Amino acid sequence: MSAPDTGDRTPGAAAGSQSSLATALTPVLTVAVSLLGLCLLWGFAANAWPSRAFPGPGQVWQVLLAEAASGDLFYHLGATLGRVAAAYVIAMVVGSVIGVLLGSYRNADRFFNPWVILFLNIPALVVIVLAYIWFGLNEAAAIGAVAVNKIPNVVVTMREGARALDPNYAEMAAVYRFGPLDRIRHVLLPQLQPYLAAASRSGIALIWKIVLVVELLGRSNGVGFQIYLYFQLFDVAAILAYTLAFVAVMLVIELLVVQPVERHATRWRRRPA
Amino acid sequence: MQPVGAAVPLRVDIAEKIFRSAQGVSITALRDLSFEVRQGEFACLLGPSGCGKTTTLRILLGLDKDFSGSFQLPEGGSNRIAAVFQEPILLPWRTVEQNVRLALPKSLRTKNLDGLFDTLGLAGMRSLYPAELSLGLARRAALARAFATEPAVLFLDEPFASLDERTAERLRHLLLTVWSARPTTALMVTHNLREALMLSDRIIVLAQRPAHVLGMFDVRLPRHYRNTQVMSDLLRSFHQKFPGVA
Ligand SMILES: Nc1ncnc2c1ncn2[C@@H]1O[C@H](COP(=O)(O)OP(=O)(O)OP(=O)(O)O)[C@@H](O)[C@H]1O
Ligand SMILES: [Mg+2]
Repeated sequence: MSAPDTGDRTPGAAAGSQSSLATALTPVLTVAVSLLGLCLLWGFAANAWPSRAFPGPGQVWQVLLAEAASGDLFYHLGATLGRVAAAYVIAMVVGSVIGVLLGSYRNADRFFNPWVILFLNIPALVVIVLAYIWFGLNEAAAIGAVAVNKIPNVVVTMREGARALDPNYAEMAAVYRFGPLDRIRHVLLPQLQPYLAAASRSGIALIWKIVLVVELLGRSNGVGFQIYLYFQLFDVAAILAYTLAFVAVMLVIELLVVQPVERHATRWRRRPA
Repeated sequence: MQPVGAAVPLRVDIAEKIFRSAQGVSITALRDLSFEVRQGEFACLLGPSGCGKTTTLRILLGLDKDFSGSFQLPEGGSNRIAAVFQEPILLPWRTVEQNVRLALPKSLRTKNLDGLFDTLGLAGMRSLYPAELSLGLARRAALARAFATEPAVLFLDEPFASLDERTAERLRHLLLTVWSARPTTALMVTHNLREALMLSDRIIVLAQRPAHVLGMFDVRLPRHYRNTQVMSDLLRSFHQKFPGVA
């Protein structure tokens, strides 16, 4: 069976790897063509209704280059990114700890569940305004307000994760006297990983939108501050330039950090059974 | 390694273990369960399905503290306990070797495990993840983890259940090989009489729920004498002593 096949195998395999390269590239091409289509549509529309309030992609690109050349773009992107990162870390750590505790202790969960629902439903704007009034217009209040907005979401997701923990692993760890750090690192976190990933994903998207509001209301730098500035100047091209630049940064983070980390964390799952 | 120092046996005196369900139904799983396992002895708890064997082991492992009575674990040596559960319970996100090493105390983490992996036929599988193992191999990994810790006492809960008979037989021989090289006090739970007769020094026969000791059956023969002929003699004398059991 194998002998007559060997002659055919090499070209067959080459064709196979070519087509697998094509299948790997297809989604990338689709995304590129799709985005290009959106740009063209935008360009046509801007041409059809020429207005200062509706700049075309070319104008936005010019503004982007100018802001990048002056260094302003990177300064404000950096300020916003720093706040997003700080609020994200605080929200994930605090939310995970609270969520796992609530998921593990039924009575505590019964008592605190109304609090969680209350905080889930407080509008982001209210938390931000109160934080600035109580703690002043400073960086800690800004980041804290963003984190407080995100924490209840993380709590709910991680509470689900804690409820799904398999007691068998905890018992095995107890019998073999795992230390507390080993338990967290090798027993707890790998089981919570899918829930952490879910909380992270929805977290980053939500957090950066709230950070813009925080910057608009009480900071003197960052993408949100710039957008507010250009809103007063009615400069739509600059507003779009900053928005698109930050979306691009978040996409790059998703592709270069989030997805590789996730692939690494779930490598044991993709092995054949 | 044989535990050194005073030869304290495993001593069990459980007065009662009751499960109470939320609906108010209570099941008495154990009542007046008392027995001893001498140091270095391999003993089997033999009892019908559902009689309370796993419940007993969970109490001895410290996983269930809601019972009346007391027990004493053997002392000396590493003072550690090890268990092979009814399921292998390997961490799916760690390799076979990582699973074994994680169970070791910090001082033994880097010790040489080549001999143990070789004996259990796991030499080529150390870097595999549990999902890549058959149930038989996963059970061997669970045995490796238990013996690697050099325990003062080893508990096994039907470690060969739900395997085909040939694989189970291979694993029983492997268990004996590893245990003779690293003798330790061992208590194995099973409802398989042949398995108990083949592996143990002594069988502790349990009654139907609530579990208590019906009697003891000593198997004084060295294990390599227990061939087919001897086994059927053992079976016969067991049935004479315990008619109606197993
Ligand atoms: N968590 C529990 N809650 C209520 N009843 C339980 C619980 N665990 C065990 N039981 C009951 O206690 C009795 C003994 O159970 P156990 O698991 O110890 O039996 P076993 O001898 O190990 O059986 P098997 O051979 O099937 O493993 C059973 O009747 C079972 O229904
Ligand atoms: Mg059982």
